[in-house]
Amino acid sequence: MSQRIRIDPITRLEGHGRIEIFLDERGDVANTYFQVPELRGFERFCVGRAAEEMPVVTARICGVCPEAHHLAAAKALDVVFGVQPPVPARKLRELLYSAFFVTDHATHFYALGGPDFIVGPDAPPSERNILGVIRKAGREIAKQVLDCRARNHEVITVLGGRPIHPVAGLPGGWSCSLSEGARREIEIAARENVEFALLSLKLFHTLVLGNQEFSEMIRSEAWCHRTYSLGTVDSRNRVNFYDGTLRVIDPEGAEFSRFEAAAYRDHIAERVEPWTFLKFPFLRAIGWKGFEDGSDSGVYTATPLARLNVSDGMATPRAQEEFERFYETLGTGKANGRYRPVHHRLATHWARLVEMLYAAERMLELATDPEITSPDVRRIPDGIRGIGVGSVEAPRGTLIHHYETDQRGILTRVNLIVGTTHNHAAISMSIRKAAQSLIRAGRIVEEGLLNRIEMAFRLYDPCLSCATHSLPGHMPLEVIVRGADGTALRSFRRDEGAVS
Amino acid sequence: MTDVTKPKLAIFWASSCGGCEVSVLNLHDKLLLMEQFLDLVFCPCLLDTKKHDVEAMADQSIYVTLFNGAIRTSENVEMAHLLRRKSRVLVAYGACSAEGGIPALSNLHTRESHLRDVYLDNPSTENGTGVLPQSRTLLPEGELELPEFLDRVRKLSDVVPVDYVLPGCPPESDSLWRVLETLMRGMALPPSGCVLGESRSTVCHTCTRRKENKSIERFYRTYETITDPERCLLEQGLVCMGIATQDGCGALCPKVNMPCSGCYGAPDGIADQGAAMISALGSVLSVGAYKGMTEEQLVENTERVIAGIPDPAGGWYKYSLAGSELKAKRAE
Repeated sequence: MSQRIRIDPITRLEGHGRIEIFLDERGDVANTYFQVPELRGFERFCVGRAAEEMPVVTARICGVCPEAHHLAAAKALDVVFGVQPPVPARKLRELLYSAFFVTDHATHFYALGGPDFIVGPDAPPSERNILGVIRKAGREIAKQVLDCRARNHEVITVLGGRPIHPVAGLPGGWSCSLSEGARREIEIAARENVEFALLSLKLFHTLVLGNQEFSEMIRSEAWCHRTYSLGTVDSRNRVNFYDGTLRVIDPEGAEFSRFEAAAYRDHIAERVEPWTFLKFPFLRAIGWKGFEDGSDSGVYTATPLARLNVSDGMATPRAQEEFERFYETLGTGKANGRYRPVHHRLATHWARLVEMLYAAERMLELATDPEITSPDVRRIPDGIRGIGVGSVEAPRGTLIHHYETDQRGILTRVNLIVGTTHNHAAISMSIRKAAQSLIRAGRIVEEGLLNRIEMAFRLYDPCLSCATHSLPGHMPLEVIVRGADGTALRSFRRDEGAVS
Repeated sequence: MTDVTKPKLAIFWASSCGGCEVSVLNLHDKLLLMEQFLDLVFCPCLLDTKKHDVEAMADQSIYVTLFNGAIRTSENVEMAHLLRRKSRVLVAYGACSAEGGIPALSNLHTRESHLRDVYLDNPSTENGTGVLPQSRTLLPEGELELPEFLDRVRKLSDVVPVDYVLPGCPPESDSLWRVLETLMRGMALPPSGCVLGESRSTVCHTCTRRKENKSIERFYRTYETITDPERCLLEQGLVCMGIATQDGCGALCPKVNMPCSGCYGAPDGIADQGAAMISALGSVLSVGAYKGMTEEQLVENTERVIAGIPDPAGGWYKYSLAGSELKAKRAE
């Protein structure tokens, strides 16, 4: 008899993610579906609003990464109003964004993704959380993580006005300049961030790469997907979170396309499926060929790993050293003068730490930039051009805001592609692969299934409706095995690991 | 996990962005203190406790539930009823739960126009056959389901009785801490029905900008003017909502030269934030200039004055549309 398995985070109640696994008559995986049962409709209800409100309004798409929406909106508005912010304003925006990246990546590493490795994928679920990390890595780490969040949220408050949902971004610049006193505090925070990022990498090297089992797991074919990668690079093809050119590389590492955010529609298209509210972006030039790997499929990813893959290097010295270590350890050498991409999806955790170090170093560069305290932070626009696209790299992928307005600057059209959406197809594929490796001929490895699917999911740090954050590293899961007629045959929970 | 000696606390998110949870995390080292004195029994963001665990709890066994997020789906309604039954004190935590918040701007539009803009008439979507998400989809392997949307976004108190409101988008962590301290010290909460953790004044009362009681000739949009950093923003023509907004944040936005956008909602005792704002703006406009104008000049002048307020619904009801007395007229 064919069966179906539903994996439902408790967050189903709020409409977050849902996984359905269908088995065929032999009891093998026939197919898996990753559903997002939620739509809030910002693209519609922003229509009719005054365009300059968007940095404040769209921040509410996500309370975890409001800084990303705030800045993508401000950049789109610069174009809508045809005004180039002064250089100090652009530096202030990037300074805030660097502090945000450090705290966001730290939260993911220590509380969300890291526990899988630091504590271990087969450790009891009650241990695989931030508390388990503290027990394994020491209480001093807990204090360091809390301190990291506290100091960076203070920086965000000083620069952006509020600790959550900043307000200082507007077309033509930034609403306030930075005083020398506040700059000194930010410089201190940046230095602490660099030390903290280095410490985090040291932990990763010791506890993860130094562990043969985890190390083999990272390299395992079960966690590998050879897809295209998307990310933003600067003029020298190095990672940049705030600004640059969008670059796509193919699964072998050759440049497939590069474009300005304004041209995103020529390169990216989105597919609608009737069974999920979230769309599936794909490369327009290749087309949608289903949930498949390889260069013939339009599926791509936009993650920390994808960003490293599209880049030729990092723009800061220590991050560059770690970038090279990353590719020398996991990669397959160079082609045409650049490292071939790494497709081991669990390596995303390491890539995230490389980015955290870059963000910390970049924050220090900006905090010690003589221009950063300049009072020249605003330009008044002299007209309304009416169309603008702004993009940044959000922690979870490229974020694109596209606005169109009437002559008064009232929005007539809004289109948004957020980080996690780019990865929707890839997340589905990773879930399918994890399910296939654990369900064979009707045998379901119960605890293993839940752990591995959880890991497949979490390495993308998915932010469904920007809210699927389960902070202590617990993605609460419940599995219901149903018969073909839909009746529940049995259910079990990850936290108990038992059939109930 | 459960400790019988400590008061039980629950934190739940309905239709929300997660910012309210981050405001809890932003207690930083106070989190460790909170953990010592309160027993967090349900919080999907932080704990593994599930809905059926809450169902198994005795009625009224949770001392306080902080409920954030708006009511958008039938599942949100179901959770509101469940947590009301299990909690002695139910707090509408944050703007969405209190007044609908920014998601309630959705009430200005029809359900159909949302689907059209996202899936059909959308710049990057390739959807030649007009596929829309369906409540039931029959696939080769079986049937998949999606939840239905309610017709409009509602606030928590539209669905169940609410004891207190803790406003803000999100509430400042200091406000939350004042409430938690009250609970941890075993002190009684104020009479039911009031706003928690806040004073009874407006944002203007804590704003340190200088007020000169000057009337204004016109309004400016934020990008149109660079303001004096010392003077009242409203008196400089920015539509700053501080005058019609509950105090509690410490006037954070004006500190970085941006107008208050009203996220703490109407001041205590005021039913409709937008109406309060209209009344406030009427009182700062210079009326002297209108004397002796011809009818044509009056119209022209009025249009010039209100050009700085292009979207009153989205500006004055940004966080409170679900709770507004006026409700919303829907565009197609």
